Amino acid sequence: MDQTLTLETDVLVIGGGMAGGWAAIAAASAGASVILVDKGYFGTSGVTATAGPGHWWVPPDAELRAKAIRDREARAFGLSERVWMERILDETWRTLPTLAGYYEFPRDATGEIFYRGLRGPEYLRALRRLARDRGVRILDHSPALELLLHSDGSVAGASGVCRQAGHQSWTIRAAGTILATGGCAFLSPLLGSRNNTGDGYLMAAEAGATLSGMEFSSQHTIAAAGTSQTRSAPYAFASFYDASGQDLGPIMAGGDPRTLARLLLEGPVYCSLRRMPSDLRAALHRIQPAFLLPFERQGIDPFEGRFPVTLHGEGTIRGVGGLRIVNEACETSVPSLFAVGDAATREAVAGATSGGGNQNSAWALTSGQAAGRAVAKLAQRGGRRASDAVRPIGEAGLRPLTGGAAADPREIARTVKDEMLPFEKALFRTGEKLSRSISVLDSAWHEIRHHLGNRPDDLIKSRETAALLATARWCASAALARNESRGMHQRDDAPLLDPAQTHRLIVRGLDQVHVTPAPVHALAEQAA
Amino acid sequence: MIELIIDDRCTRCNLCVSVCPTNVLDPVADAKPRIARQEDCQTCFLCELYCQTDAIYVAPQIDQPVAVDDQAIVASGLLGHHRRNAGWDEWAADPNYRNEFWRMGELFARGLGFDPATRRS
Repeated sequence: MDQTLTLETDVLVIGGGMAGGWAAIAAASAGASVILVDKGYFGTSGVTATAGPGHWWVPPDAELRAKAIRDREARAFGLSERVWMERILDETWRTLPTLAGYYEFPRDATGEIFYRGLRGPEYLRALRRLARDRGVRILDHSPALELLLHSDGSVAGASGVCRQAGHQSWTIRAAGTILATGGCAFLSPLLGSRNNTGDGYLMAAEAGATLSGMEFSSQHTIAAAGTSQTRSAPYAFASFYDASGQDLGPIMAGGDPRTLARLLLEGPVYCSLRRMPSDLRAALHRIQPAFLLPFERQGIDPFEGRFPVTLHGEGTIRGVGGLRIVNEACETSVPSLFAVGDAATREAVAGATSGGGNQNSAWALTSGQAAGRAVAKLAQRGGRRASDAVRPIGEAGLRPLTGGAAADPREIARTVKDEMLPFEKALFRTGEKLSRSISVLDSAWHEIRHHLGNRPDDLIKSRETAALLATARWCASAALARNESRGMHQRDDAPLLDPAQTHRLIVRGLDQVHVTPAPVHALAEQAA
Repeated sequence: MIELIIDDRCTRCNLCVSVCPTNVLDPVADAKPRIARQEDCQTCFLCELYCQTDAIYVAPQIDQPVAVDDQAIVASGLLGHHRRNAGWDEWAADPNYRNEFWRMGELFARGLGFDPATRRS
């Protein structure tokens, strides 16, 4: 093993997706020295790089914005916070155009520059180039494995490994650490989500951070069966059929995946896009370049032929839950540890309904900018404290309690998938099913606490698996505690919304998971 | 999952090794990169976008490897067609591959049967 790569900086950003990119750019633009580490490659990692994120985009007109917020509040089921919705509209409107020169914003049919939606690969490439030009130091293929703590409990940085440099380990000390590690879809085939195993949630929880909204983790997106292509816009033209060829009607109406899921539990469902007019068929590659690719490569005509479809789970990615933040800078409940993008809860802007492709993008941009600026200030004020003694705090999957036989991370990951991904468990929740899942997941947790991580060559997978499992337990525990149906969280044994549960569910703990309710507007009140 | 790197198109630049978000490839001295961890491929096609010589073929199937023949793939014309459709790099200026992502609203509106200007059906 080579010597450890030891660095210090003002701001450490862990994760190079949309939120991490904007955080690094904001911090560097404020004059801070910034290091960004990514498990993969800053530019292709994360779900934005493979997608085409639309942003919540409303001109700065008081009436238009008030209406946009009211429309959205109607679907948030009492869990959103107006002050945050106003803020992400404002920050997104001001900030997105600053990418000009790095991203070529096209003009629409009326000649207006189109800022609202960006192509993912070009967007992330632009963020990388802008960050590099601002002086951000980028460490690709350098997953963080654990956080470092000062004796006062604040976060002092992180350490990890460079997986393309002989697994050389790295340690970075920073005045503030920003978790931009994304959400977690439990290794579902959701496009671009392979790296999103909940690593940031686990690292933060080990430092004592709490999470919120983890019960809102059951969003699903349609895809051609056997493919990762979760781009759903062309399905606006979809007709659906069962195996006998009978037309199933408008089963995706309203965006609720449960009707399709019910049908898929009974047998295959086929789709045809024959209603799409020829001018749009011919332009589709210009609108959404990757959509037709899986069809073309399998010799399927999605317009004149029929193809089987499925649903892919989105977990907390197009779900809502994540690390709880305690102030406008997106700081977690642990000092000098910040959470942005899907690593943070998006309840304040999306409530109980997915903010996917709209609120979530505006949130990623805004939270990244806010945390980046705040940590730059923190570094100016408090310094890096680089000579203070610190301790590494990673446990599950990294420092097993018992030696001897190693647990197999792939087998445990399969257990997590079996409890979190089947439609009957994810989309048709009941208290009984959730209790059973929690019991299975708790046993697996016991196994990994004692035995996972005994193979040093497999630490990245071990740690990912521990994070997957921890995230699954938090989601299932919160879903069990929310004994009602609200937004995407649907309980078959409690099908109605219970006004008495218009609160957040705060989750904490690793070996023991605790769920406690908290008022919705705690943050707004604190700010006021 | 990624299936092929066409040897006589590969320039050994190893950019695909760097940009692959899930670390599927290993560099090999004086040879094309090796598909070392195919099971980690997330079928995101991003390696194809970054490959300037269109040497890479990713099969759309996510679950299992599929048998793919080098010569048949080269003959199929599928190599590089994703990069071209995306208007990436040298294709960006070609009007047939320009970015019309702004038509997403129209796609939804016409599919779901409402007027995009008023958002009413």
